[in-house]
Amino acid sequence: MMNDIFKGYKGKALEILKKYNIRVWSEATIKTTRGDFKGIVLPRSENDDDLHIVLKLDNGYNIGIATNTIKQIKEFGYKEAHYKIPEKEFPTSEDKPNIKLFGTGGTIASRLDYRTGAVIPAFSPGELYGAVPELADICNLTTEKLFAVFSENMGPHQYKTLAVAIGEAISQGIEGIVIGHGTDTMHHTASALSFMVQNTPVPIVMVGSQRSSDRPSSDAALNLIHAVKTASESDIAEVLVCMFGPTSDEYGLLHRGTRVRKMHSSYRSTFRTIGDIPLAMVDRNKITPLQQNYNHRRKDTQVNILPYFEQKVSLIYYYPNMQPDIIDSLVDNGYRGIVIAGTGLGHVNKPLYPAIKRACQKNVAIYMTVQTLWGYTHMFVYDTGRDLMSNGVIPADNMLPEVAYIKLGWALGQTEDLDEVKKIMLTPVIDEITEREPYNGYLVFQGGVPEIEQFLKKIHK
Amino acid sequence: MLFIIIHVNKDDIMDNDNNHFNNIYVQTKKLVGYKTIQQCTPLDYKNLGFKSGLEVHQQLYTDKKLFCRCPAGMYFPGEDYDAEVIRHMRPTLSELGEYDGTALMEFKTKKNITYRIKNPTTCTYEIDDTPPFPINQQALDIALEVALLLKTNVVGELHITRKQYLDGSIPTGFQRTAIVGIEGEIPLAEKKVRIIQLSLEEDACREVSDFRHQRIYTTDRLGMPLIETVTYPDLLTPQEVVEAGNYIRFMNRSTNKVRTGIGATRQDVNVSIRGGTRVEIKGVAHIKWFAELVHNEAFRQKSLLHISSQLKQRIKDIKKWDLTYQLIDPSLINPLPPSLKYYADSEIKWVAVNLPHFQDILAHFTQPGQVFGDELRGRLKVIACLELENLIHSQDRNELLATVDFSKIRQLLKSKSLDAQLLFWCPSQDLSTAVETIRERCMLAFHGVPNETRKALADGTTVFERVLPGPDRMYPDTDSAPLPIDEERINKVKNNLPPSIHYRYEQLNKWEISRHYWIYLLRHNLVPIIEKIIAFTNYSPKFLAGFFAQDLKHLEGRNSSSNFDYIHLISLFKFISKHNLSPEIAKIMLPVVFNNPNIELESVLTIIGYQKRNISDILSYIPDLRKKFKSIAKNKNINAERNWIMGNLKLLSIGNYPLDKLSEEVNRRVK
Repeated sequence: MMNDIFKGYKGKALEILKKYNIRVWSEATIKTTRGDFKGIVLPRSENDDDLHIVLKLDNGYNIGIATNTIKQIKEFGYKEAHYKIPEKEFPTSEDKPNIKLFGTGGTIASRLDYRTGAVIPAFSPGELYGAVPELADICNLTTEKLFAVFSENMGPHQYKTLAVAIGEAISQGIEGIVIGHGTDTMHHTASALSFMVQNTPVPIVMVGSQRSSDRPSSDAALNLIHAVKTASESDIAEVLVCMFGPTSDEYGLLHRGTRVRKMHSSYRSTFRTIGDIPLAMVDRNKITPLQQNYNHRRKDTQVNILPYFEQKVSLIYYYPNMQPDIIDSLVDNGYRGIVIAGTGLGHVNKPLYPAIKRACQKNVAIYMTVQTLWGYTHMFVYDTGRDLMSNGVIPADNMLPEVAYIKLGWALGQTEDLDEVKKIMLTPVIDEITEREPYNGYLVFQGGVPEIEQFLKKIHK
Repeated sequence: MLFIIIHVNKDDIMDNDNNHFNNIYVQTKKLVGYKTIQQCTPLDYKNLGFKSGLEVHQQLYTDKKLFCRCPAGMYFPGEDYDAEVIRHMRPTLSELGEYDGTALMEFKTKKNITYRIKNPTTCTYEIDDTPPFPINQQALDIALEVALLLKTNVVGELHITRKQYLDGSIPTGFQRTAIVGIEGEIPLAEKKVRIIQLSLEEDACREVSDFRHQRIYTTDRLGMPLIETVTYPDLLTPQEVVEAGNYIRFMNRSTNKVRTGIGATRQDVNVSIRGGTRVEIKGVAHIKWFAELVHNEAFRQKSLLHISSQLKQRIKDIKKWDLTYQLIDPSLINPLPPSLKYYADSEIKWVAVNLPHFQDILAHFTQPGQVFGDELRGRLKVIACLELENLIHSQDRNELLATVDFSKIRQLLKSKSLDAQLLFWCPSQDLSTAVETIRERCMLAFHGVPNETRKALADGTTVFERVLPGPDRMYPDTDSAPLPIDEERINKVKNNLPPSIHYRYEQLNKWEISRHYWIYLLRHNLVPIIEKIIAFTNYSPKFLAGFFAQDLKHLEGRNSSSNFDYIHLISLFKFISKHNLSPEIAKIMLPVVFNNPNIELESVLTIIGYQKRNISDILSYIPDLRKKFKSIAKNKNINAERNWIMGNLKLLSIGNYPLDKLSEEVNRRVK
C-alpha cells in the first residue's frame, strides 16, 4: 500500500515526487524552467509515460509538467477527491413491478478511475436513482453485480453464471430482468442467453451504452430507462437487446437475442436486427410492437436453464487464399467444432477441401454461415457448395456467424453425438434460423442517392 | 428592450396614469448614483471597486477542424441542412465529484436539442457518434505561438479536458479544451495586465433558434479550432477593458494564422464591483461595445446591492422568507397577453404570486431601461422556457399594469401593504419550474449579485443567459491521451514569433501614422506588409498606411465577404516600383486587383487606361485647357481655374508624375 500515495506514478516521475516529499492530492507549487505552476497533484494513468506529473489547476483544467523542467516542488496543502455519486434510497411502491438489474461490467452511471483513466460504474439502486431518478417512476429495482469485466472478456463461464442467476431470480418471482453489459459482445451474450434460458415467463433485457455515462450526451440513461420500461411492462418474454433505434434521443429498439448484431464501432444506433425486423420500439411513454409473433409474458415462475458450453469451438472468417493449415491446426489442437463465415452463399476455396474432409473424419462439427450477414447459405447452387457438403460441411441457413458459434458451443456442451448436435443446430430455438426473410429485413441505405437524402432530411436515422 | 409593449386602450392608461413605475425607476436610479459613461471618471470606477477581466476567443486559420478531419470555415445557412439529430443533456459528476450549478439549471429547463447537419461540414465526430481523432497539430502550433506571445508558462503536457455545456451548444455535452500556457502578461500604455491562461479548444454550434423547449443548432462551426485568452481582473476602467481587448485581438492577428470576419473573434468580459460578484457578459461581437456594457454592469451590481440592503432592512429573518402563490382566473387580466399564442396546444395556468416585503423593489432601477422585475422575466424565459412577455407585476410599466386588476389579486393573496405581487401564465408542465425560478431569484436578491452569465445587447445592457459555471464542470477527457510538448517544438515556434504589439505601437508612432488608422492596420496585420514594401521602395510608410486605411478599407467595407490576400499588395507595389510608376497609381489599380486578385498587372494598366507620358507632354495641354476654361467658366477666379486644369490633367499624370509636383507646375504656369 506504500505506493498508493503515488497512484499511477512510476520511474522518473515517481522519483521526483519522492524527492520533494509530494504525494497524490498534494496542493503544490512547482517551479520549472518554463515558469511556476500551482495546483493539486493528480494520480496518473498507469499506461502514460513516467516523464510528467499531472496537476489540476484552480480553474479545473488539468495539465502535465515535464519532470526534466522541474526545479522544485513545495506542498502547501492536501485535498483528496472523494467521488460519490449522490446516493438516495430507491423508492419502492407496491403497485410497481419488481425488476432485477444484473451487472456484468457495463457502465450505466459512472465515475472516473484515475489509475487507468477508465470509467468505474455506479451500480447500487441508490446510486442509479441518484443518476437516473426516472427509474423510480417505472419499477422497484434491485441490483446484483455478477462480474466486473469489459464485454470482450465475457465468455462461457460468465454466460453460464448469468443463466443460472437469471433462473434463480425468475423462480423467486421477479417480474422482469435487465442486464447491464458492454456493447462489444452484447450480441454474443444475448444469443448465449437465448439458448441457455428457454421458456422464460418474463422479459430479459440486455442494455448498455455506446457513449460512456460520464458524459452529458450519453445514451446510457435513456437506454436504461427504455430497458427498465421494457422489463417492467413489455409482454415480450424473451431475451432482448434494448439499444438506440436512431442516433437521436428518440426511441430504442427491442431486438431478438439471436438476430441482433453490433454494426458500427461507435454509433449509438449500432445494434440492428439482421434478416428480420426488430420486435418492438420503446420510448419513455410506450412500447410499440413491430412483430406479432413472440413469446408472451406469463404469470408462472417456470423457466428452463440449460447452462452448457464447449470451449473448443472456433469461428473462422474465410478469405481468398486461406491455407488448409488453418483448419488443420484447429483440428490438431483438439477443436470439436468450427463455424465458417464463408463467401457468398457459403463458399471456401478448393485447397481447403482436404483439410475440411480430414476434420469431419476426425469428428469435428463444421457449420457454414455467410459473411454477407444477410441471406441464407445456398450450397446447392454451385458445385463448390455441393463439394463442401459432401466433405461434411453443414449449412446453417441464415444463422448469423456469431450466433452459430455460440450455438455450436452450446450444442457440443450437451452432447458428443454429432447427429444430435446437428439436430440441435438446425432446430431453431428462437428464430436463430428463420423460415423466411421478409423484404424489409435487409435495409442498408446508400447515402447520396436523391430519394435517400430526402428521407434522411425528414427521418432521424 | 426586454419588454413587448402590449397595446391597451388609451383611456385605460389615462385612468391608471399615476406614473408610479417611472417615479420609482427614476428615484432608485438616483439613489444608486447612476452616471453615464461620459460622466464617470477613473475615480468613480475606483469608488465602485470596478474590476474586469477578458476572455477572448479567436478562431484559428487551419484547413481542418480540431478533433476530426472535416474542413474548417465552411458555413451554410441554418435552413440548408441534410439531416437532423436530436439529443437531451443530463448533468454528470465532475472529476471532484460535484454537480455543476449551470448543469443543473440547464437540466431543469428540459430542452429538446435539434442539430442540423450539412454533410460537407459534419462527420460522425461532431454528432458525438465517434470518439475524437488526434488533435490538429497545425492548430496546436498556432496556439503555442500565441502562448509565447502572451509570455505564458507553457505546459509540459497537454491534457484534453471536458468542459460541460448543457445548453446543447455541443452535442457531446462538453467542449474539449486544453491549457497550453498559464501566467503571462500583456503591456498596456499605463500598466501590465496579467494573463491567467491560453487554451486551445473546439468551437461550439451556431444557434439557429431557441423557442420554448426547442433549441436548434447547426453543426458547421462546431469543432473549429479556437484559442481562448483569459486575463486576470486587472482592468480597472471600461477604457482599459477596451485597450486590453484591442491588444489581444491585434496580437492574435499579428500571427497571420487566425480567422477574421463575422464570429471569428468573440469576447466574454467579466465584471465585478466591491461587494458584488463576478458576472460574465458573453458574446460581445465588437470591442467598442465593451465600455458601455461593463459600465452598465457595474451599476447593475450596485443597484442589486442597494436592493439587497433595502430587503435586509425590511425582513428580519431572510431564511424564513417565502413567496406564496395561487392559481387564479384569467378574467383578472384584460386584454389577455399576446404571448399566450405560443402555448396554443397547452393547458394554461394563471398564477398570482405574492412577494412579501418586495414593495417597490420590482420597479427598482437595474440598468438603463430595466428594473428588477426584468431580472425575473429573464430567468423565466431561460429556465422555465416562458416566452416574453411572461409576467406582469404590481409596480410594472403603466401599459402592462393597466391590464391586470391587482387590487383583486392583493385580496386573493391576502397581501400586506409592503408586499409586491406578480401574475404569470404558463403551460401547466412549466408551472413548478416557473415558481421555483421566481422564488430562487427573489432569494438571491437578499445576497446581492448572483453569479450569472449574461448576454450582451446592442444597447449596452444585458439579459440573463445562465448561471455562471464553475470549476465543477471540468472533467478529464477519457477519449484522448496526454500530449507532451517538448522544448524542440517550443523553440521552433519561438524562432518565428512576430514582433509584439507594443513594438508595433512604437513603430506606428515613429512613422507618424495617424491614430485613426491604427486599429485598421493592426486588426488586419498590415504593418508587416508596409515593412515589406518599404524594404524595396522609397515610398513613405505614411503614404502606404493612409492608402491601406482608406482605399483598401473602403473596398473591403463594400465587399465584406471578400477574402483578399494582402500578399497581392506587395506584388502591386513591386510592379509599380519596377515600372517606375508614381505610387499614386495604386489607388486606381487597387479596385481592379481587389476584384481580380490573380490578374496580370500589365493588363490592369490597360483596363484603367494608363498611358506613359512625360511631364512636358502633360504640361503641353495647359494652354488649350486655359482657353477652354475661359470659354466655359462662370467663375473666373484663378484658383478655380487651377483646380479645373488639375482635374483634367490628374488622370493623365497619375502613375507618370507625382500629383503634388504636378500641382506646383500648374500653379507656376496658371497665373
